[in-house]
Amino acid sequence: MCLAIPGKVVNTYDQRGLRMAKVQFGGIVREACLEYVPETQIGEYVLVHVGFAISRVDEAEAERTYQALKDLDQLTELESPIVEETAERETRRPTRPG
Amino acid sequence: MKYLDEYRDGDIAAKIVAEMRRVQTRAWVLMEVCGGQTHSIVKNGLDHLLPEGVELVHGPGCPVCVTPLEMIDKAHAIARLPNVIFCSFGDMLRVPGSDGDLFSIKSLGGDVRIVYSPLDCLKIARANPEKQVVFFAIGFETTAPANAMLAWRAREEQVNNLSLLVSHVLVPPALEAILSAAGNRVQGFLGPGHVCAVMGYSEYDPISDRHHVPIVITGFEPMDILEGTLMTIKQLEEGRATVENQYSRILDRRGNLPAQQLIGKVFEVGDRKWRGIGTIPRSGYHLRDEFSRYDAEKLYEVAEIATLEPEICISGEILRGIKKPHDCAAFGTLCNPQHPLGATMVSAEGACAAYYAYGRHLNPQGADALHQIVPGSTPNDIGIQSPGEREYSHGSR
Amino acid sequence: MAAAEDDLKAEEAIAGENLAAFSCPIPIFDQKHIVLGHGSGGKLTADLIEKIFLPAFRNPTLDRLEDQAMVTIGGARLAFTTDSFVVTPIFFPGGDIGRLAIHGTVNDLAMCGARPLYLSAAFILEEGLAVDDLRRVVESMRTAAAEAGVQLVTGDTKVVNRGKGDQIFITTTGIGVIEHDISISADRARPGDKIILSGYIGDHGMTIMSQREGLEFESSIESDCAPLNDLVTAMLATASSANDFIHTLRDPTRGGVATTLNEIAKHANVGVVLDEGAIPVRESVKGACEVLGLDPLYVANEGKLLAMVVPEMADAVLELMRQHRLGQDAAIIGEVVEAHRGMVLMKTEIGGTRVLDVMFGEQLPRIC
Repeated sequence: MCLAIPGKVVNTYDQRGLRMAKVQFGGIVREACLEYVPETQIGEYVLVHVGFAISRVDEAEAERTYQALKDLDQLTELESPIVEETAERETRRPTRPG
Repeated sequence: MKYLDEYRDGDIAAKIVAEMRRVQTRAWVLMEVCGGQTHSIVKNGLDHLLPEGVELVHGPGCPVCVTPLEMIDKAHAIARLPNVIFCSFGDMLRVPGSDGDLFSIKSLGGDVRIVYSPLDCLKIARANPEKQVVFFAIGFETTAPANAMLAWRAREEQVNNLSLLVSHVLVPPALEAILSAAGNRVQGFLGPGHVCAVMGYSEYDPISDRHHVPIVITGFEPMDILEGTLMTIKQLEEGRATVENQYSRILDRRGNLPAQQLIGKVFEVGDRKWRGIGTIPRSGYHLRDEFSRYDAEKLYEVAEIATLEPEICISGEILRGIKKPHDCAAFGTLCNPQHPLGATMVSAEGACAAYYAYGRHLNPQGADALHQIVPGSTPNDIGIQSPGEREYSHGSR
Repeated sequence: MAAAEDDLKAEEAIAGENLAAFSCPIPIFDQKHIVLGHGSGGKLTADLIEKIFLPAFRNPTLDRLEDQAMVTIGGARLAFTTDSFVVTPIFFPGGDIGRLAIHGTVNDLAMCGARPLYLSAAFILEEGLAVDDLRRVVESMRTAAAEAGVQLVTGDTKVVNRGKGDQIFITTTGIGVIEHDISISADRARPGDKIILSGYIGDHGMTIMSQREGLEFESSIESDCAPLNDLVTAMLATASSANDFIHTLRDPTRGGVATTLNEIAKHANVGVVLDEGAIPVRESVKGACEVLGLDPLYVANEGKLLAMVVPEMADAVLELMRQHRLGQDAAIIGEVVEAHRGMVLMKTEIGGTRVLDVMFGEQLPRIC
């Protein structure tokens, strides 16, 4: 279950004891609940589903994996470098909150 | 839009598909579990970009489709009550029960409201103290944190004219059921990215081990789905079967711990009936006893209505990936979104509805429309072995 | 589930129908009550027209099912249209129900190349409506009429009990004169024609959505409500029956670009192919649609037009449009083709192909 969109946190505040945020999605701003990713800072990106941020976007990881895809056609080895890289990702991943 | 637009890049997509061709030596059947993934595949025409021999089948990843008829009838009966404000996500509005849908109930005077966030129900309940507000809390694990928060806050703030009609379903037991069923064709899975953002993916290790299938937790943008497919094919080609994470920019193995904690406080795991499949043990969430006064299923006595699915409907087989929408005699004719006969047509996310919405019943592309994004390549370049009885789905109509 | 024998038989009957073959005076219409979807401009609306209205009122002009009727009276070619406006909220960023009423009617007339001249407006007012609100709407209509160069020449007012009418409903009729001998209609679209869209899509529908209870969002999106007659005049300036390079004009209102192109494709029995990357959508509209799970191609517009233009003239018409205030962001978004007649396909940005079917009922926000 599925429809969750990444957006940028532009403001955080408390509402009736709940941590909330204003999140910007490509030019519109909508409120979302930050209770599940409470340490999120303004300027960071979160994934929002039904008005709740359920995860933070790991921007460094996004950059790294995106670059790997762009470089796909430069890999000519017979063994599967993508597999190795994935295994690396799994072991090397720093602990990310939320 | 950042973190969306980049993942729709046609050039990179072509590279991923080229890499698939490079490593693929035989045909494979993969299942993508999530309705949102089905939607993305059909909307972007992704399955037509795949090399011949890679077949994507759609799984039971649509909580709307798998909500049992009895539960829908219960929801409708509650929505008809004069003192009730019935709140629901948009997805459920057109799902027909035994007699009409929420839209027709609204047209006859029922107070039915679409909400985007479950928290909106708190506002509605506070604004209408003389009414009973009932929220149709459906979904997979992705939506459970939001629904849990609604129940939690209702209790914290003593908003006692609010209740939830819960129909939550869980993915891992469904995968287990699919893999254990006779006639299963699925050899690898694109796992549900947003479900795992909440729950993590350690629950999938035993499934992967027990059945020796690769499970790659995948996102929803076209490039995510193509990359997830590539990673799954690589595992299959190498004879490996583990759980991998394609969607690493969003999630890790542990998932969202605060969300899991609140889910655990509000819900407990129980048996759930899946439309088109039957009862799967320990496959759903129910509200814990401490939340009984917010449990619409307990608060509203509604007589059980006998429900009968039309015989011609094969959505059970479609949900398990055994058949495709165009294998059904009723697809696009007797059965269409206007008059859905079964689970997979009732919601916009169901495989049949998705196929219909994107016009597959009209079959605009023949087999020779494939492979057009990878210049110079044809299916014959790689010498794919014909796998015997395997049916290819591309352009087969 | 009401899958009784009778319903299945009804299904079979409906599945085999198409408009041309239709002749039964008492058609099977399986919905027992009107639902909101009947007003959204998609399949349900088409159903209502085909099964309830057309059978009762059949005549050659009506059967063409254009947004306006073209009639000849005493040698003068006239265009004649009617429309009603029920939007909520009645005031929204970029406009109000009054402005919408004037421009919507003007545009219907403009789409067959007519010069809009006279409008009528009938008001159904709900008991309790603030007179100041009415004043504001009427003032807005005055401005809009001046902007479009039309006159409101007659009208009517009724009041209904509180609760029986959503503040204001406005019904208009419009008359225009066709001063050229060109024929512009949906069925004239031809394979090879380029499809030009006059600007950004989804602005109006998402503006209304942004005000909707429970779905609100903050944005700079405004309704694009505008009169297109001046733009059309500019586009047709050098056209004549000997040189009719514009075959079709349509404003993609409710149901959006996708629904409108489907209508044209069916009327003209042609195929349509769009290029997703060429379709102009504002970031804010895109963002709003992504969040709510909506598709901009199905969202209403109130100040945009689609033109089917012969390929040799497409670039020239595009340039001309871009000089006009209302066509600055115009783009060629696709073309009319021989293949897959009656169907609209789109090449997606990722390189796949997608079929754009007609919208069923209202487009609903989704979470799946």
